[in-house]
Amino acid sequence: MVTKTIKHSIYAALAAINLLFTKLAIAEYGMNFPEPVTPIARDIYDVHMLTMGIITIILIIVTAIVLYAVFTFRKDKGYEADQEFHHSWFGRWSWVLVPFLVLLIDLTIAGKAQPILEFLWEAPKEECSDKHQANDKCYDMVVKIIGHQWWWEYEYPDLGITVESRYLPEEKAGRDYLRAVDNNFVLPVGKKIRFLQTSVDVNHAYWIPELGFKKDAIAGYITETWAEIEKEGIYRGQCAELCGTWHARMPAVVEAVSQEKFDAWVKHKQAEKQKALAEAMSNRVWSKDELMVKGKAIYDVKCAACHKPDGIGLPPVFPALKGSKIATGPLDEHIQIVLVGKGTMPSWKAETDLDIAALITYERNSWGNNMNQVVQAKDIKQARVHLAEKKQ
Amino acid sequence: MTTLTHDETIGHDEAMEHAHDEAHHGPPKGIKRWLFSTNHKDIGTMYLLFALTMLFMGGASAMVIRAELFMPGLQFVEPDLYNNIVTNHAYMMIFGAVMPAAAGLANWMIPMMIGAPDMALPRMNNLSFWILPAAAVMLLLSFVVPFFPGGGSQINTGWTIYPPLSLKVGMSMDFLIFAIHLLGISSILASINIIVTLFNMRAPNMRLWDMPMFCWTWLITAFLLILVVPVLAGGVTMLLFDRNFGTSFFDAAGGGDPVLFQHLFWFFGHPEVYVLLLPSIGALSHVIPAFSRKPLFGYNSLVGAMFVVATLGMVVWAHHQYTIGMTLGAVSYFMLGTILISIPVGLMILNFIATMWRGSMTFETPMLFAIAIVIMFTFGGLTGVMLAVVPADMQYHDSMFVVAHFHYVLLPGALFGLYAGIFYWLPKWTGRMYDEFMGKVFFWTTTIGFNLTFFPQHFLGLAGMPRRIVDYNVQFVEFNMISSVGGFIFGLSHLIFLYIIIKCVWGGEKSDTKLPNKVWDGATGLEWKLSSPPPFHSWTTPPHVEHLAK
Repeated sequence: MVTKTIKHSIYAALAAINLLFTKLAIAEYGMNFPEPVTPIARDIYDVHMLTMGIITIILIIVTAIVLYAVFTFRKDKGYEADQEFHHSWFGRWSWVLVPFLVLLIDLTIAGKAQPILEFLWEAPKEECSDKHQANDKCYDMVVKIIGHQWWWEYEYPDLGITVESRYLPEEKAGRDYLRAVDNNFVLPVGKKIRFLQTSVDVNHAYWIPELGFKKDAIAGYITETWAEIEKEGIYRGQCAELCGTWHARMPAVVEAVSQEKFDAWVKHKQAEKQKALAEAMSNRVWSKDELMVKGKAIYDVKCAACHKPDGIGLPPVFPALKGSKIATGPLDEHIQIVLVGKGTMPSWKAETDLDIAALITYERNSWGNNMNQVVQAKDIKQARVHLAEKKQ
Repeated sequence: MTTLTHDETIGHDEAMEHAHDEAHHGPPKGIKRWLFSTNHKDIGTMYLLFALTMLFMGGASAMVIRAELFMPGLQFVEPDLYNNIVTNHAYMMIFGAVMPAAAGLANWMIPMMIGAPDMALPRMNNLSFWILPAAAVMLLLSFVVPFFPGGGSQINTGWTIYPPLSLKVGMSMDFLIFAIHLLGISSILASINIIVTLFNMRAPNMRLWDMPMFCWTWLITAFLLILVVPVLAGGVTMLLFDRNFGTSFFDAAGGGDPVLFQHLFWFFGHPEVYVLLLPSIGALSHVIPAFSRKPLFGYNSLVGAMFVVATLGMVVWAHHQYTIGMTLGAVSYFMLGTILISIPVGLMILNFIATMWRGSMTFETPMLFAIAIVIMFTFGGLTGVMLAVVPADMQYHDSMFVVAHFHYVLLPGALFGLYAGIFYWLPKWTGRMYDEFMGKVFFWTTTIGFNLTFFPQHFLGLAGMPRRIVDYNVQFVEFNMISSVGGFIFGLSHLIFLYIIIKCVWGGEKSDTKLPNKVWDGATGLEWKLSSPPPFHSWTTPPHVEHLAK
């Protein structure tokens, strides 16, 4: 393993030196932007290659001049210093000439960048009324990206779907570890999509290199951007703005599919949601075993990142649940913390009563927390009412 | 650069007289010499030793970062500790190493260069230094407090301490805020002292436009510091109030604005880059002419370029925040303003290359550093132009590309420039030549190590690796390994630096022949008219200087 990676490193170093701009190196070692799949990303790629080309040329020229000077104007070659050099025409005019040249280069770059910036910056604000005459400044679809510590929530407001997207542990993700999630962000190709980003806690930033945009998700702000994905595929990125402990474990994955597949996926999701709602609304009394199974599923996805699958947490920031005062103390307080949150822990009140009931049942009866208590959905409902009364 | 009307012999006699004085009014003995020092050289030495200590602490934290990133997975540190170390690395290097080292050089050189006996405000000089160790203790506490029971969580925000994340950190954030306050007070006091010294203590007949370039760079730096440090102090104080006294300047839930802090921070943070950079440019403006045996090319245009850099640098801060969702007009302005900075910076590079051009160069350690800086700093500046382009920055932002860029600017631009200055003036300070061979070894190992560390990080960023992550996908492994190997070479090479300094200051064989006043044959300036080492009080009678011939 180690020798293999060292060998790889040597190859990579050679690639870096010899094949700086060839496709081979780019494909094999990821030295440049991945292939862009939106018009904006392609424009960005072009302006990036232009500026990179310009600076490479300038760097080569500067280095060549310096090296020429170093090898020519040497004392050990008997070269006498020209004390009058600054009185030559160059000495008199270079302070105008060089800034002028630099200004021309600057304007070339800015001139290329400005139209792209304008194309990128103003996301389409109105929905396309006539799908066949869609112009650049209208969108076909709106999605909301909500950053949480440390997962993404995708909302499709017009379709009534919400997707929660969390990182996959190494055993499940394999080579895509830290770039793979449980639920991908499914989007149709060939549609102008308006993205709205916000956050419920700290700043995050949604970054998928292939889509070519990055905007911060900031609590209290809604930032917007847009994209039209042209090619089906899975595009991987991650959170770019430092957002706390598990910033590294916040992948973002977009799955671009054809319109038909997307429609099918939407139907499936809507049906799933209906079923879950019906289940939660029914006044059925659940058995402990059922709640434990349900609770474990929820815990492993939503709670284990901080409190760990075996409930030992990561003190002092993330307290243990195993044998803790909360999970083995009064039930009211336990429910309250889950609903309201505390310190770093967010409020989970958006979950259904049933889910919270299952979760708390699981937490109070696992890892040696032998409370033998069963919490039902109606208990949570009651707790919510109590909390609301308390607030007033 | 500055020519004396006195001929060499008179200058020499004068210096001898100073040496004679020293016997009568020598430095006080023992710890009091340092605690109560009002002597610019002693305070300068303390600044430099402090900076050296912090450089090694900051360097050690960089080694931990590179060790952790050598392979994917969590090997050495937990994620919070990793980000705590990343935060501390920045504060130690910027506020602990580079700024005090530059202030140390200023303390040592400015009075000697302008023909003054000492700094204008010697007691304030003492205060501005002795605040620093207190600040360092605060900084260190912010790092270690979370490891004690009840110490709260670690600072996992990076040096930018953006709210809301920084509002959630435990009490160690308060320690950090106090450390920033103290560091700010220290640098404002030092800046005031330098400005007053430069305005009032110049030798008779030395006009501002006759000042050595190092004095100019520090004059501009000092004004920059006085203008921007209070803004940072205000920003972190608001943060302190949000954290402890229930205000909500930066908390959206209370009607505050988390982005406001970013504006305050970068209004300080961007000029800070030039604060770090300019003193090094000043040192280079002495090193390159000395070893090219030719006057500095374009004195006036270099001063002008620095004025423009400082002014433009004050009004382009938001290019650190292109992704927060500003209006089109705002980002267009910040893009153009930032790109335009390439003009004065290009002029600086031109002046340095043109100084070498048709010179008679030799390649002692300071000159080697200077030449390497011209190339590497140019590269760092050029990637800065790439980053200034807003659409492309949508990709680069918060990626390893940014990390590579600012290390290419700050290591050659600030740290290596200080190394060049230190090697250039060290024989003057100690009266002993440093080990030239080891100096060259140090130069080559640092330069190779540095490029090996940071060049691959450009590729990592372009390929999609965000910065400030403790663990990464396996696709990034090759370049991270190269980077880490380079980092270890770079880090270990500093042991050579330490050896050279210790040998030059305290050890080594006593040479029979005393170093001449003018250590380098191409050197010009008043400091080379004093003996090596210089007398305890630099110029007790002001030298007469002629106007600078340009």
